[in-house]
Amino acid sequence: MEYKPVRKVVSGNYAAAYAVKHARVEVVAAYPITPQTSIIEKIAEFIANGEIDNIQYVPVESEHSAMAASIGASATGARAFTATSAQGLALMHEMLHWAAGARLPIVMVDVNRAMAPPWSVWDDQTDSLSQRDTGWMQFYAENNQEVYDGVLMAFKIAETVNLPAMVIESAFILSHTYDVVEMIPQELVDEFLPPRKPLYTLTDFDNPISVGALGTPNDYYEFRYKLAKAMEDAKKVIHEVGKEFGERFGRDYSQMIELYRTEDADFVFMGMGSLMGTVKQAVDVLREEGYKVGAAKVRWFRPFPSEELYELAKDVQAIAVLDRNFSFGQEGILFNEAKGVLYNTDAKPLMKNYIVGLGGRDFTVNDVRKIAENMKAIIDKGELDVEVDWYHLKR
Amino acid sequence: MNTLFGEKKEGATKIVLKSVDEYPEAPVSLGTTLSNFTGDWRTFIPVIDDDKCVKCYICWKFCPEPAIFIREDGYVGVDYDYCKGCGICANECPTKAITMEKEEK
Repeated sequence: MEYKPVRKVVSGNYAAAYAVKHARVEVVAAYPITPQTSIIEKIAEFIANGEIDNIQYVPVESEHSAMAASIGASATGARAFTATSAQGLALMHEMLHWAAGARLPIVMVDVNRAMAPPWSVWDDQTDSLSQRDTGWMQFYAENNQEVYDGVLMAFKIAETVNLPAMVIESAFILSHTYDVVEMIPQELVDEFLPPRKPLYTLTDFDNPISVGALGTPNDYYEFRYKLAKAMEDAKKVIHEVGKEFGERFGRDYSQMIELYRTEDADFVFMGMGSLMGTVKQAVDVLREEGYKVGAAKVRWFRPFPSEELYELAKDVQAIAVLDRNFSFGQEGILFNEAKGVLYNTDAKPLMKNYIVGLGGRDFTVNDVRKIAENMKAIIDKGELDVEVDWYHLKR
Repeated sequence: MNTLFGEKKEGATKIVLKSVDEYPEAPVSLGTTLSNFTGDWRTFIPVIDDDKCVKCYICWKFCPEPAIFIREDGYVGVDYDYCKGCGICANECPTKAITMEKEEK
């Protein structure tokens, strides 16, 4: 069947709901939280209208239960989905470890939202990055199209390596903003994403198993290694699935870091999520103005694209890491990880951390220009002014 | 092995995995009691003196595992694959027929 996309104008949240529909998810357990609510409302609407069959919708009483129910569903072999934001994701934290440890390929959309207090519903990546060590893969979407594509790919990747995956979109900037999304006809999604083949299932009564059982000091260590190795193996699978997606549907996701005009760049801006749409636009403007700059968008934060980062770092004089997040007592989380990767390599570009857009603070092309001016001055001088720059601070 | 509720399931063998490659991808099944002998955890082992035993079966009733079974001769025995050595049997035995001794491994 020839690929003819169906174009719809949808919000990021609706893009996620459509992807859930097209992925033929069998169980959705979710609890509403702003700005995630319209994802699960749309899924509920699909079910109410009879547009999806063979699906169980479980309305639960908290996010902890939403993840617990997803784990139960996934352990029976079903394709399970949930969605949340910020405090809801934090409430799930304990269960996230259970999902990854039991190697259940649940896919969740997290709508990035700032952690309280002060109470905030706006965009900030600290909620998802706080779940860095739970064993979940993390994909950061730049726009509504990537939310849709990301969910479909996440299921395929997750079910290949048997690890859960988060698809992350920005609060309001994507979740409630409408844009054209090219959707894939159902038959072609079915070809790309066949039914799940689980590692094990609780409903195989001839071969009973216990899930979440005790691991003594004699066995626990080996299972941690298996999980670590699955994360490492996921890099190859991400590359293959991203490439296949490109061949089938024209949008290539084979690279874990998307490079934009970096070929001859003196320095690059590195960051994740919707932020990078602005940066790419700014790169075009700055190039017109004579700056040799590029953008490096980190698509997958877990597993971390260390090799691709090294390749990038070899060719540039400096990297400006834009973090819409912060690890208190240290620095921006992406900055911290990127510096760590490069420590034992020969690539030693100047690296500066800009803390931007926390709690939904606006980040514009003009801001990128100011950062570019600052970066140029740093490169000319050959040393950093400050390592971590709270860029927006009212001084 | 006879128990009050029939035979102990045949084929109950402890699986000892020696290399990481032998481990299953996900931590399942290993936790079933057919392969995971919880008796491994024991520090103290119950020793039963048949001469003092009055066949009241209070130990059998109180064993939380249940690792105590009733032998064909009517006295009680312990399934050491599953006895965690908690000592409840010794504590409850009205004739002090059960004593807990440090187990040498």
